[in-house]
Amino acid sequence: MPRVTPLRVRRGSTRDDGFYQIYEVPFEDGMSVLDALRWVRIHRDSSLAIRYSCINANACKTCIALVDGVVEYTCTARLKEAGTTVGPLPKRPVIRDLVTDTAPEDEKLR
Amino acid sequence: MTHLTTDVLVIGAGGAGMYAAIAAAREGRSVLLLDKNLVGRGGATVMAQMTVAAAIGQEEPDSWSLHLEDTLEAGRGICNAQLAEMLCRLGPDRILEMEGWGTRWAREDGHIKQVGAPGHRRKRCCYVDFLSTGPAVAATLRRTVAGMQHVRRLSNVSAIEICVSQGRARGGVALDLSTGSLVTIAARSIVLAAGGLTKIFRRSSASTNMAGEAYWLAIEAGAELVDMEFVQFFPIAHLAPRLVGMDPIMWDPFRYKLGGRLLNGRLEEFIHRYGGEDEGHYTVSRDLASYAILKEVEAGRGSPHGGVYLDFRHIPGDTLRKAFGPVIDRLLANGIDLTRMPVEVAPTAHYHMGGIAVNDRMETRVEGLFAAGEAVGGANGANRLSGNAITEAFAFGERAGFFAATAAATDTGWSAAYADRARAEFAELRERKATGHTPGAMQNSIQDLMWDNAGPFRSGDNLHKALDTLRGLRDRLDDLAIAPGEVFNLDLQDWYEVKAMLRTSEAVLTGALNRAESRGAHQRIDLPHSTPGFEKNQRLALVDGHLIASWTSVVRCLA
Repeated sequence: MPRVTPLRVRRGSTRDDGFYQIYEVPFEDGMSVLDALRWVRIHRDSSLAIRYSCINANACKTCIALVDGVVEYTCTARLKEAGTTVGPLPKRPVIRDLVTDTAPEDEKLR
Repeated sequence: MTHLTTDVLVIGAGGAGMYAAIAAAREGRSVLLLDKNLVGRGGATVMAQMTVAAAIGQEEPDSWSLHLEDTLEAGRGICNAQLAEMLCRLGPDRILEMEGWGTRWAREDGHIKQVGAPGHRRKRCCYVDFLSTGPAVAATLRRTVAGMQHVRRLSNVSAIEICVSQGRARGGVALDLSTGSLVTIAARSIVLAAGGLTKIFRRSSASTNMAGEAYWLAIEAGAELVDMEFVQFFPIAHLAPRLVGMDPIMWDPFRYKLGGRLLNGRLEEFIHRYGGEDEGHYTVSRDLASYAILKEVEAGRGSPHGGVYLDFRHIPGDTLRKAFGPVIDRLLANGIDLTRMPVEVAPTAHYHMGGIAVNDRMETRVEGLFAAGEAVGGANGANRLSGNAITEAFAFGERAGFFAATAAATDTGWSAAYADRARAEFAELRERKATGHTPGAMQNSIQDLMWDNAGPFRSGDNLHKALDTLRGLRDRLDDLAIAPGEVFNLDLQDWYEVKAMLRTSEAVLTGALNRAESRGAHQRIDLPHSTPGFEKNQRLALVDGHLIASWTSVVRCLA
């Protein structure tokens, strides 16, 4: 039997009227939360909004989110076989799903 | 539709783009600096965890001309020597300028410490901190560019078209991901600094941003590409066990410093079978190492995950710790104890030697359209030396920004009609069905196709077949689904990336098919030798929607 794990992801374009969506994700030892989120976007739901750049190296620092209640980089947080919950950063305005407004004020188009 | 106006538009905010923005702004020009992700956090620079080669001669006597000789030798006879000279001659100025802006290059005995690397005859590679050089220089440039009042930075904005009229670049159209809408930009000159093409391959060491957009934007605008067949594959990227929080190409400095042994699946040394001299020196060139590893795997002598072993077990634990202290702990946290187990490594797409054809002012054949950094083709010929990529980002970035500033047209000559094609295409995208085959899934198909057929090993048959398959994929571009919603709808960005990946992949396949020989990073199993007749550069241009190749003699040194 292939191993799968539930990934609970906070969806929505505001913090208050969001909801949790659960995806069943193939599980491999050592995989990161970002690996799972990227898998979801390609294989299950391309509308899931996430922010990342360097994938694995923890160099770009843009994939930061709330993983099981702790602020972590999703590229280094390990996926748990028993299940993992991911939400947007708690202290930033939500743009969509896991993407929060982390750009400096003067880098935004208004 | 939002419309912006600037003197100089810089597309891509990695090392080259940020340097170009600084250089243009100090000539008194207004600059608009765009990045697909956050400014200074995407692209390749932030991932460059190792060293920057420049002949500052602080470790031992050195000269830029010696650095140039090494660069030309590594390039297997087809470097554009004018560009290579610019890289080597101006690199030292940039290293010192960066220090003035706050980069803390590692120092020893009162001077900047420089280390050796394969192919460099002098110790000339500067670094900040092991595995942190890229993030450190990106941070310096981010701070510096943020302090320049003439530079406006925009994050999550990706260019989708360069608008050209009467042979001159007039501006561009971009997707603003945060609103899901198009933006038009009138510009008096443009610098393309959107990096390379690593994303077209299944295995890649770079960040996710670089899908060949710089090449796609350039060739669609009428510029030429050069030597697109030369993709550098990094031979010993980490393969297994799963490792997070580290750059997959981190093993190189371990090998230089400590001499890790490369062993096949039977735990035998093998580099010597392919003409390399690795025993004790570990300075075999990247192209030869990639070739040797894949040959071993092909012969059934690979490691369990399809690579080879990199083994440090002969090195005492305290020596490992002395050389790489905190990294050893990060490895242990990943369950990797180098004193007890070898790791598995394999080649991965790492860098692109080819790219946009520019003159010695970094300008394409389209007036007002410049290029910088990895997006530029030619300086590194058929194979790039370790350490030259960040140097070229700085050196070419500065030159492109300077020339773009001084060559800016007196007037943009912008017309809203320039954006008509992009606007119509975008309107059609917004009408797409919401479910079905997604742009992201199409990207995976392209990545598999390119890895299997245009990776470190190529053959005429496979390249032909891949071009056919690629055309089939292109026919499906109009049927891809786009999820509903405007704000941060990644399907929109993915769709434009697919367009870039298709055109760029076609250029790589076409270039590789036309170059009927093996040279440097371009290895044809059906044509395993270099041919003097191919000691020249291949240019590609778009004519009536088709890629047309032509060959030019190599640009040699002026001196």
